[in-house]
Amino acid sequence: MQAEKTVADLKVGEKGIINHFKDDAMSLKLLEMGCLPDTEISLDFIAPLGCPVGITVAGYHLSLRKREAATIVIK
Amino acid sequence: MKNKQVVALLGNPNSGKSSLFNQLTGLRQKIGNFPGVTVDKKVGFCRLSGSMDVEILDLPGTYSIYPNSLDEQVVLEVLANPKNPDYPDLAVVVADASNLKRNMLLFEQISDLGVPAILALNMLDVAEESGISINSGKLSKILGIPVVELNAREGIGIEGLKHTIFNQLQHKKTHINPPSFDKKTETVFEEVKSKFGVENKYLALQYAAQAQKLMFLGENQQKDLEEIVKKHNFNADKFQSSETIERYRDISGTLEEVVIEEGVKKETITEKIDHILLHKIWGYVIFLGILFLIFQSVFTIAEAPMDLIDQGVAMVNDFLKSNLPDNQLVSLLTDGLVAGIGGVLIFIPQIAFLFAFISILEESGYMARVVVLMDKLIRRFGMSGKSVVPLISSMACAVPAIMSARTIGSWKDRLITIMVTPLMSCSARLPIYTILIALVVPNTKALGFFNMQGVALMGLYLLGFFSALLAGWLMKFMLKSNERSYFIMELPTYKKPRWKQVGFTILEKVKTFVFEAGKVIVAISIVLWVLASYGPSDKIEQAEKAVIAQNPTLEQSQLDSKIASVRLENSYAGHFGKFIEPAIRPLGYDWKIGIALITSFAAREVFVGTVSTIYSIGADAENETTIKERLRNEVNAETGQPTFSVATSFSLLIFYVFAMMCMSTLAVVYRETKGWKWPIIQLVYMSVLAYVSAFAIYQFLS
Repeated sequence: MQAEKTVADLKVGEKGIINHFKDDAMSLKLLEMGCLPDTEISLDFIAPLGCPVGITVAGYHLSLRKREAATIVIK
Repeated sequence: MKNKQVVALLGNPNSGKSSLFNQLTGLRQKIGNFPGVTVDKKVGFCRLSGSMDVEILDLPGTYSIYPNSLDEQVVLEVLANPKNPDYPDLAVVVADASNLKRNMLLFEQISDLGVPAILALNMLDVAEESGISINSGKLSKILGIPVVELNAREGIGIEGLKHTIFNQLQHKKTHINPPSFDKKTETVFEEVKSKFGVENKYLALQYAAQAQKLMFLGENQQKDLEEIVKKHNFNADKFQSSETIERYRDISGTLEEVVIEEGVKKETITEKIDHILLHKIWGYVIFLGILFLIFQSVFTIAEAPMDLIDQGVAMVNDFLKSNLPDNQLVSLLTDGLVAGIGGVLIFIPQIAFLFAFISILEESGYMARVVVLMDKLIRRFGMSGKSVVPLISSMACAVPAIMSARTIGSWKDRLITIMVTPLMSCSARLPIYTILIALVVPNTKALGFFNMQGVALMGLYLLGFFSALLAGWLMKFMLKSNERSYFIMELPTYKKPRWKQVGFTILEKVKTFVFEAGKVIVAISIVLWVLASYGPSDKIEQAEKAVIAQNPTLEQSQLDSKIASVRLENSYAGHFGKFIEPAIRPLGYDWKIGIALITSFAAREVFVGTVSTIYSIGADAENETTIKERLRNEVNAETGQPTFSVATSFSLLIFYVFAMMCMSTLAVVYRETKGWKWPIIQLVYMSVLAYVSAFAIYQFLS
C-alpha cells in the first residue's frame, strides 16, 4: 500500500487538495481554522530549520509544525 | 437588574477587534479580571446617544467557542451563562472581510447561543485590494440581523456602528440557525433541556460537549452532564467536527450570494517580505539585529527621562524635608514613602520603551515570524516558539511577561516558560548591574571599540538567557505530560503599526506595573524604613551618643553620615544583617550587604537604595558617583581589604542574575499556576542556583 501523501510531503510552492485528516484532535483545530476537506492548500515556506512550515489555505496564511502538517492528507 | 447594558466585542484574532474597542471607548477604559481567572478583562464606556451610555466589553480573540487556551475559555464561560454578570445584551462580532468565511464560523456559533448580534465587516479595504466585494445589505437580509461596514483602523463607520448598536439594543434581533443534528444528538438535547431547563438547543448541546470547561456549572452538574453523555454515547469531538463542517457548508452557501470575488491572485507584499524575513540566514541576522537595536535604544533613550524622574523625586523629597517639621512622621513620608514611590517611577521609561518596541513588533505582524523562526530552536529547551514573546518581554519585567505566556496552549510548555522567565535579566536588575560593574570593570575599550563595561553588562544578560534555556532543558525531562501540544497559528499579514494602539499598550503596561509592582515596592520601602529606623531597646540612641562623643571635631555633615551609619548598625535591620552574616560570608558579603540582600528580597530594585542608605551617603544619595566612590572606599573592618573587591562584586552580580528576588513575580506565578507549588519550587531552585554560583565565583576569584 502506498503511503498517503500529506502536506508535509509538498514542496515549497506546491499545491494540493485536502482529502482528510489523520488525527482527530488536530483535525478539530484545523477545521475551525478553515482547513476543510476539498479545499486547496499550498505550502508557502519551510522555516530555516525545517520546521515549522507555512501554508496558505482559503486565502490566508497559517504556520504549523511539520508533525502537524503530516496529519493533513491530500489527494 | 443591571444598570448599564453590556455590548461585547467578539472576533477572530487579528480581525481588528482591539482597534474597534479603542475607537468606541477612547480613553474611557479600564482593565480588571474575570472572576476566578486571571485573564485581563478590558471594559470601556461608550456614549451612543445624548443620554445613553453602554459598557463595551472586549472579549479575547478566538476562532470558535471551543477554547484552546485560557484566554479563549473566557469567551465560552461568559457566553454560555446568561447569569454571568458579564453576559452581553448584544454581541458585536468583528469579522475580517478579506477572510469572511472563516470569521463567519464564530459569528454563527455566537448567534446560535441566542445572543442578539451585529456583524461588523472590518478591513473592507484589504478585501477590496484582493478583489473581494461584499453586498452587506443582502447579507443582513439573509441573516436577519444588522450588518455594518467598518474600517476600524481609520475610524470609518464608527458612528454608523454606534447608531446600529443603539437600535439593536431596542430590538434585540437574533439569528438562530443551528446545523441539523442527528437523532442521538437530539435526544441528548432533550435530556439536558429537561434536567437543566436550557431551552436553547445549541447552548444545551454545549453543556453536553464542553461540560468540563463550564466552571459556572459546578461539580455536581458537571457530573450529571457526564452521565448524560455516557448514557447516550455522545461523542463531543465528533459533534464539534460535524458541526464545523456543516456550518462551513451553510456559510459557503450564504456567501455565494453576497460575495463577488475577482480571482486576482498575485504574490502579495506579505509573501515577498516573508521571503526575506524567514530566510535561513537573513531571517536570523535581521532578528538579532532588531533585538540589538531594541536594547541599545532602551538603555540609551531611557536614560534621560530616568535621570529626570530621579531628580524630580529628589526635589520633591528635599522640598518636603525643608518645609515640614523634622519628626518621625515626616521621615516616614520622605525616606520611606516618597523614596519608595521614586523607586517605582524610575522604571517607567525603560518599561515604556521596551513595550513600545514589543508592541510595534506585534502590531506589524513580525512577532509571529519570530515565533516561526525560533520554534525549532527553542523546542529543544522544553518550550515553544510562542515562549519567545514572554522571554523577550521579561527583559523589561517578568510580571507582564509571565502573563503573556497564556497564549501558549500546552500546559507543559507554558509552565516551563513561566518557571524560567524570571532568569532573564529584568530592568530592576539594571541599576545593580550598572553600579557594581562601574566599581570593578575598567571603563576602557577592548579591541578598539568594545566598551568593557558594556561587554560585562551584555555578558550578564546572556548569562541569564542561557541559564533560562538550560533550566528549560532540564525541566523538559523532569515534567511528565501526556498532553498534546499544538503549534498551529495564523500568520497575520504585515501591517503598518497603529501608533494609537502602540500608545494604548504602553499606557496599559505602565499602569499595570505601577500599580501591581508599585504596591509591593512601596510597602517594602515603608517596612524597611521602620526596620532601619528603630532598634531593640535604646541601643540606637546609645550608639549615636557614643559617636558624637568620639568625634568632637568632625564637621556637621560628616558627623551626620557617621551617625546615620551607626544608627543603622544598631537598628532591627542591622541585627538581621548580622544574624545572616555567617550564611553569606562564604559568598564574600558582610552584614551590611546582608541588609541589602534581605530588603531587596521583595524587590531587587531596593538594593541600590539600601546600599546607599547603609553606607550613609545621606543627602547625596541620588548622586551615583558618590555612591560609587563610597563603595570603593569601604573597607572591611576585619580583613582591611576593600569590601567591594572584584570577587565580592562579581559574586553579587552573579547572585542577582539568578536570585528570585521579586515578590510581584512570585505573586503572579501563584496566580497563573493557581497554587503555591510552582512559585515555591521556583523560589527554591533559583535561590540555590544563585547561592551556589555566587559561592563558586567568589571562591574562584578570591
